Amino acid sequence: MLRLAVRRVLFSVPLILVVSLLSFIFEALIPGNAAEAILGPDATPAAMTQLDQQLGLNKPLPQQYWHWLDQLLHGNLGVSLVNGQSVFSELNARLPVTLALLGSAIVIAIALGWGAGVFSALRGGVAAKIVDVLAVPGLAVPSFWIALLLIAGFAVTWQLFPATGFTYFSQSPVEWARSLVLPALALGLGQMTVLAKQTRDSMLNVLASPFIRGLRANGISERKIIFKHAVRNSAIPVVTVAGLLVIGALTGAVVIEQVFVLPGLGSLAISATSAHDLPVIQGVALYFTLIVVAVNLLVDLAYSWLDPKVRYQ
Amino acid sequence: MIQAAADTDRTESAALRGPGILTGIWRRFLRDPVGVACLVFLILVIACSFGASLIAPYSPLSADLSHVLALPSAHHLLGTDSLGRDVLSRLLYAGQPSLSGAAEAIGVAAALGVPTGLLIGYVGGWADGVVSRLIDLIMSIPQIVVLLMAFAVLGNSMTLAMLVLGVLIAPGLARVTRAATIAVREELYVTAAQVGGLSRLQIVRRHILPAVAGPVIVNLSLLAAVSILAEAALNFLGLGVTEPNPSWGGMVAEASQEIEQQPWLLFPSGLIIALTVIALVLFGDAVRDATAQTYLDSPRMAARPKAASAQATKRRLADPDPGPAAGQAPAASLAADSLLWVQDLTVALPLGDRWVTVVDGVSFDVAPGEVVGLVGESGCGKTVTALAVLGLVPALGRITGGHCWFAGSDLVGAADQELRATRGRRIGFISQEPMVSLDPAYTVGNQLGEAVRQHTGSSRSAARKRAIELLDMVEIPSAADVAKRYPHEISGGMAQRVVIARALSGSPSLLIADEPTTALDVTVQAEILSLLRSLQRHERMAVLLVTHDWGVVADICDRAVVMYAGQVVERAGIAAVFQRPLHPYTQGLLQADPHLAADGERLATIPGTVPPPESWPTGCRFAQRCSLATEDCAAAPVPLLEPEPGRLSRCIHTDRMLAEAR
Repeated sequence: MLRLAVRRVLFSVPLILVVSLLSFIFEALIPGNAAEAILGPDATPAAMTQLDQQLGLNKPLPQQYWHWLDQLLHGNLGVSLVNGQSVFSELNARLPVTLALLGSAIVIAIALGWGAGVFSALRGGVAAKIVDVLAVPGLAVPSFWIALLLIAGFAVTWQLFPATGFTYFSQSPVEWARSLVLPALALGLGQMTVLAKQTRDSMLNVLASPFIRGLRANGISERKIIFKHAVRNSAIPVVTVAGLLVIGALTGAVVIEQVFVLPGLGSLAISATSAHDLPVIQGVALYFTLIVVAVNLLVDLAYSWLDPKVRYQ
Repeated sequence: MIQAAADTDRTESAALRGPGILTGIWRRFLRDPVGVACLVFLILVIACSFGASLIAPYSPLSADLSHVLALPSAHHLLGTDSLGRDVLSRLLYAGQPSLSGAAEAIGVAAALGVPTGLLIGYVGGWADGVVSRLIDLIMSIPQIVVLLMAFAVLGNSMTLAMLVLGVLIAPGLARVTRAATIAVREELYVTAAQVGGLSRLQIVRRHILPAVAGPVIVNLSLLAAVSILAEAALNFLGLGVTEPNPSWGGMVAEASQEIEQQPWLLFPSGLIIALTVIALVLFGDAVRDATAQTYLDSPRMAARPKAASAQATKRRLADPDPGPAAGQAPAASLAADSLLWVQDLTVALPLGDRWVTVVDGVSFDVAPGEVVGLVGESGCGKTVTALAVLGLVPALGRITGGHCWFAGSDLVGAADQELRATRGRRIGFISQEPMVSLDPAYTVGNQLGEAVRQHTGSSRSAARKRAIELLDMVEIPSAADVAKRYPHEISGGMAQRVVIARALSGSPSLLIADEPTTALDVTVQAEILSLLRSLQRHERMAVLLVTHDWGVVADICDRAVVMYAGQVVERAGIAAVFQRPLHPYTQGLLQADPHLAADGERLATIPGTVPPPESWPTGCRFAQRCSLATEDCAAAPVPLLEPEPGRLSRCIHTDRMLAEAR
């Protein structure tokens, strides 16, 4: 188990290197002066010189990248070009918001989707139809549009939840939860339908497998067959999908944070994008990559817990 | 999200066959109304978007402040926005950037992904290893931040962003292409082409590309869906296409400003995105189905309901007719004191939209402590019969008639509760393939203990002790150690011993063993068989042994019940059946058995195969393969006859067989 975790973390190093390298590659792609491209055509020569120095744009790219990595190892991600604040502390302040959003969305998706999948596999009938039919629109409907429908319904018309804004947990746990409900639903509903369908298909597969018949033929109770054997085995492929869904949800989280005006990493990335605040974007990219690494690690651990064949490899 | 689903279940492609395959896929695709509807919708969307200047009623930018936020009307079919601009016209013009953005992304993905996948799939080796690693790596890159980075550094250009997206999604396509290439590379016709001296390029062009095209098209349509969603999200965030120019995502953002005044505005732009993406996903599904169908060899396979559609099938089908009670067995021959008495058992399975009888009026009995062999080729209904006794008819089939008397009570129609109490505790079951009849997720000891607890209600620790005793009983060395292992850590023979141990955990008086040795190595077969024999004697169990192997029958059985095409064709004591079979099928099987053949003699075979249940003839079902067949055989159903006392045969020519034997 520990070896697996260590290996996963080691494999994540190239990923981090590649993602962080990308912004330098983009710079190299710009014809002419990078500072001008970042600041726009109206930039003063003084501002351009300052940016050149600040980002080290006048140095060759490998050197720039090396410098960035070197600083990273010292816990320094530079300062924002917009407000001069430390990128590192800005990111740390915003990380909990994004994690809360992602976490609550995936909890909704797994709890409801997995439940609906198991239920519909056992019951069939209308539940099965619903799960089968909803999966496609669940994939297709953009989460920001769901978010707006939720706002129109639950915030504007019925006024049950705040339309926008975020309350920190330390300020008021209840308000914190209330401010997360709509964003988490907007992000989680689509994933829920996908997970429900995956779980249902996986359950049906497992229920049709010979070992289930073997258990039945030996008089093991149906409750045990379903909750001990079928559910666990059917979870194995679903875990992989759930992991991919979380990684896919990062895109959704950026947009959802913008819609609900949540002070997370995503909305920071967007404001940094329009301000061409390169150090901040590089920082967000790093943090997002670390989230991906963490999710992959969790998936691997869950996988090896569920499937003994993986555990001993 | 789409990417996730695409990777896991949509992209697997079956084995592939040569050129000309595309027209086949296309023809099958045209038969799928959903797929065709999606394709028509997509073509419409594309045509309307690129022909917007011809069909749009207004300019997308012409504001009319006297008609803001209007609901749909004859003048403005989809209403107007906050500046009084016609929503329909804006929607039509907005399609162009969205669709060309998606086209750019999948164009780049195809240009990079398909050749890469073909190359590493076809060449294999270390190149494959290295590139596959790289593919894994790129696929875990969080796409959104890279896109934002591109916008921040490269400027506000949607085209550049879409090209970057194309690079990021290319690995998924490469992976799909690689898998399809590897599948086809191993096919015989490709090997034949290599031997035939075609150059690599020719092979790729003539044989591999057509086979890879199906999965690639499926994946491209999903990637187009991904791209449209990504593009809409970026436009929604105000990147790329900017006001006042329309884009689908941008129009949703504009609508969000008026969410309190005019929620209607959310729908046109939101729905066109959703519908286009749905159409792309369903189109991909339809192409996948059309591709997959190519590889289902027999119409029988295609028609048999899959597990996924099982419930649907169950409801669609009317209840099966109770089959005709064919061939009532002479009741005298069935002992009333039998442990198991199967009487006129008839089982039907759903096939397409009708029920097909696969076990037809089967009768036999098993006395306490007796070993009865149920013999026949595969497809004769032996396993279905054995499972039906336990009330576990496979593939959603039903028992449509007859009885299974076990120790005085009828298991057919018994309550679930009673059946469950019978299984394991009074009737044990051993299945065909030991390696797949244990749950891979739990240790051997756990699963044995579970069965023990189920049957005896004992405590966890007592069950653990008993589990090890059971493993000792089936002669597993170092039982305590084996109990801690998982099924994948033990051999097939050992797994079968574990399965036997589980079947014994409830001390049943009858053991049903379905081909218990077929999946095992020859040496292991003999061990398992002798174990079964000694256990049977020791525990005084009755055994119903399903097998096609006369060696096994000779070894262990007291009596044989021979089945052909769902019917019992002969029932006799073991000595009698070997000496003097009274049905041509039994005779044919015995002559075809390599164990029983005389040395140096050519092994006889029965010509033909068991016909599938839906085409069983009315008359003698064996007549087509029988050397004794006459016109009479096909005329009417043949009943079970008693040509000699104590012997039953479903043949009208037993006199000729007897004459030949003399």
